[in-house]
Amino acid sequence: MTSALGKDLLGLEVLSGDQIRLVLDTAEPFKEISERAIKKVPALRGSTIVNLFFENSTRTRISFEFAEKRLSADTVNVASTGSSVQKGETLVDTARNLEAMRIDMVVIRHGASGAAQFLADRIESNVINAGDGMHEHPTQGLLDLLTLRDHLGDIAGRRVCICGDVLHSRVARSNIWGLQRLGAEVAVCGPRSLLPNAIEEFGVIVFERIEEAIDWADALNVLRLQLERMTAGYIPSSREYNRVFGVTRERLDRAPRDILILHPGPMNRGVEIDSDVADGPHSVILNQVTNGVAVRMAVLYLLAGGRPELAEAAKGASR
Amino acid sequence: MAKPGPLMLRGGRLLDPSQGVDEIGDLFVSEGQIRSLGGRLGAPDDAEEIDCTGCIVSPGFIDVHCHLREPGREDVETIASGARAAAAGGFTAVCAMPNTDPVTDNQAAVGFIIRQAQRAKAARVHVIGAISVGQKGETLAEFGEMVAAGAVAMSDDGRPVVSAQLMRTALEYARTFRIPVIDHCEEPTLSMGGAMNEGVVSARLGLKGIPSEAEEIMVIRDILLARRTGGHVHLAHMSTHGSVELIRWGKERGINVTAEVCPHHISLTEERVLSYDTNAKMNPPLRAERDVQALREAVRDGTIDMIATDHAPHHYDEKEREFADAPNGIVGLETALAVCVTSLVETGHIDFATLVEKMSCAPAKLFGLPGGSLKRGSAADITVFDPIRKWRVEPSEFLTRGRNTPYTGMAMTGRAVCTVVGGHVVHRLNTDAALERAAPLASEALE
Repeated sequence: MTSALGKDLLGLEVLSGDQIRLVLDTAEPFKEISERAIKKVPALRGSTIVNLFFENSTRTRISFEFAEKRLSADTVNVASTGSSVQKGETLVDTARNLEAMRIDMVVIRHGASGAAQFLADRIESNVINAGDGMHEHPTQGLLDLLTLRDHLGDIAGRRVCICGDVLHSRVARSNIWGLQRLGAEVAVCGPRSLLPNAIEEFGVIVFERIEEAIDWADALNVLRLQLERMTAGYIPSSREYNRVFGVTRERLDRAPRDILILHPGPMNRGVEIDSDVADGPHSVILNQVTNGVAVRMAVLYLLAGGRPELAEAAKGASR
Repeated sequence: MAKPGPLMLRGGRLLDPSQGVDEIGDLFVSEGQIRSLGGRLGAPDDAEEIDCTGCIVSPGFIDVHCHLREPGREDVETIASGARAAAAGGFTAVCAMPNTDPVTDNQAAVGFIIRQAQRAKAARVHVIGAISVGQKGETLAEFGEMVAAGAVAMSDDGRPVVSAQLMRTALEYARTFRIPVIDHCEEPTLSMGGAMNEGVVSARLGLKGIPSEAEEIMVIRDILLARRTGGHVHLAHMSTHGSVELIRWGKERGINVTAEVCPHHISLTEERVLSYDTNAKMNPPLRAERDVQALREAVRDGTIDMIATDHAPHHYDEKEREFADAPNGIVGLETALAVCVTSLVETGHIDFATLVEKMSCAPAKLFGLPGGSLKRGSAADITVFDPIRKWRVEPSEFLTRGRNTPYTGMAMTGRAVCTVVGGHVVHRLNTDAALERAAPLASEALE
């Protein structure tokens, strides 16, 4: 069965604005399930989902697992360590063996860009990309959009700046495409050594100074600065990064308007973001985490062929 | 090889830029040599006759850049399978790169390849020796002994010569033996970890890019070292418009630099990588449209001297994986002619005479190899190709053991129908089967 999203969710670049809005709208009724005492509906009862994590992840894996369990799916977690993957099994063999056990969906996190598509091209099951290399992290993009929509209303015409290591960030790419599909104005800000050389061709504004970005934006999505970027020589030190590009209270205080602060986590406090910003009144970082579960429920539900207009009813079925 | 019998190639378009021949006529071969050329010729009763009507009869194609994998990776190609694939693609001779295991960096290794090639009885195989021992980029290998054993050029192949001092020495030392030194131009600190061209496509796909400058920095370094030393530097698989400009600069100053381009770099762009297809992964990578156009123009105006395939077979399993982890390279011997006809001749960039020049005469002349001419008395290395035959690329029909091609299923024009090496017919296209497959293409064209 082909869902409104197609067979797989591999990235936001290939989705239309309508498809993205459909996911966000479908997530709305699912938000409430997580607020109940009994956090479970039977929408995916009997479905089998494998969470295939070739990279360490806590937040994303747990978020998917909660989403699956709250929809009553049967789930199995496979981590690359301690599995046949460690014994040298190829990605395609791992996938085919899982499929031979008659599963319905695979959620994959992998260090190689294109790994989710590689899998999707080779197996019948629905594939959800939970982050592939530096390519995309579509459910993160969707939960960021949902959080922005919760706080800003319509995203169209709003100004969102993605700050930090765009070059290596799958979160940045999913955000850029998702925001553009919904009509937002998108900017990036960071050291040029951490921006793709061709970034202007993405149709985004580029700010070289964080002060300019803060002066312009309605919201900042602050990316995690991976510590290995220093050892690889992209920037000299985390100390200097904080002084030049850090989102600090002092800088936010000079903003002409209230700015929403997002961060995909995990945070390096005192590097890309200061604690009094992360924990301050503008931060919606924990709302992002809460929305993550609802968005992932919506994606699972839609890919399984669930009809969006029945999401409300699916939610009510256990009442 | 047994002495070849007499052979008459009837009624083809004899096209030999080396002596300015372009006419319809016969070509007669006996005892492995071209005996007479042009007009209607009489032949002895025992001569094998091949009807070449509608085909171009040209000096045999020569590929100065291919990887035959033997010794070391006989599971993906052998000298015999590579030589047969070459013949099927219209090549009468190929030059095998030294990145074998063990590396072809000494006279015994050169001799081994030459003996294996003689057994194959297909296209000739010339040997390129390594510049440095073990391709390690440290100690100069024994050029003199390798040349004496039959090597025709030196290259560290896919390992760029990082040390400018070593490159300088190689260019100077090679002068004694009058051989070119071939460099794979890549500044490794700039390209490290790269999987495709750096640009908007790599940014979208989240793949680390290889900037054009990684090639161009080494191109200009090598040209300057050739100027300093007077050695002949041959630049392998040029891929960027910047490289073209630098080569043009060098040639205008009379510097001894020659350059090749691969069929894939004049026919495909980085967009081909969008589906993460590892059969579109090679090094140098597929570049942008602007580069493709500049390279085509450079073939036309002579800045690029020749076409070379960079034929690089890989095992299916090695390509069937995550893009960043897959090996570089594609097979090319059996598609080169058709890609060039389709992307250079049909597009109006060059005529067939220039194509023959780039695929046969120039490599023979610039590398000092036999062939490249249909002159009376020269070795009968001849390619007969149908310039308008349509066919569809089907890798399972390849004679190479590699199936890694980005052209699968694509419709192409131009195909070698007969390849003659030293008077022996080493390839004849099975015309009936080929026509049958081509039939749907013809009807497509009518619609």
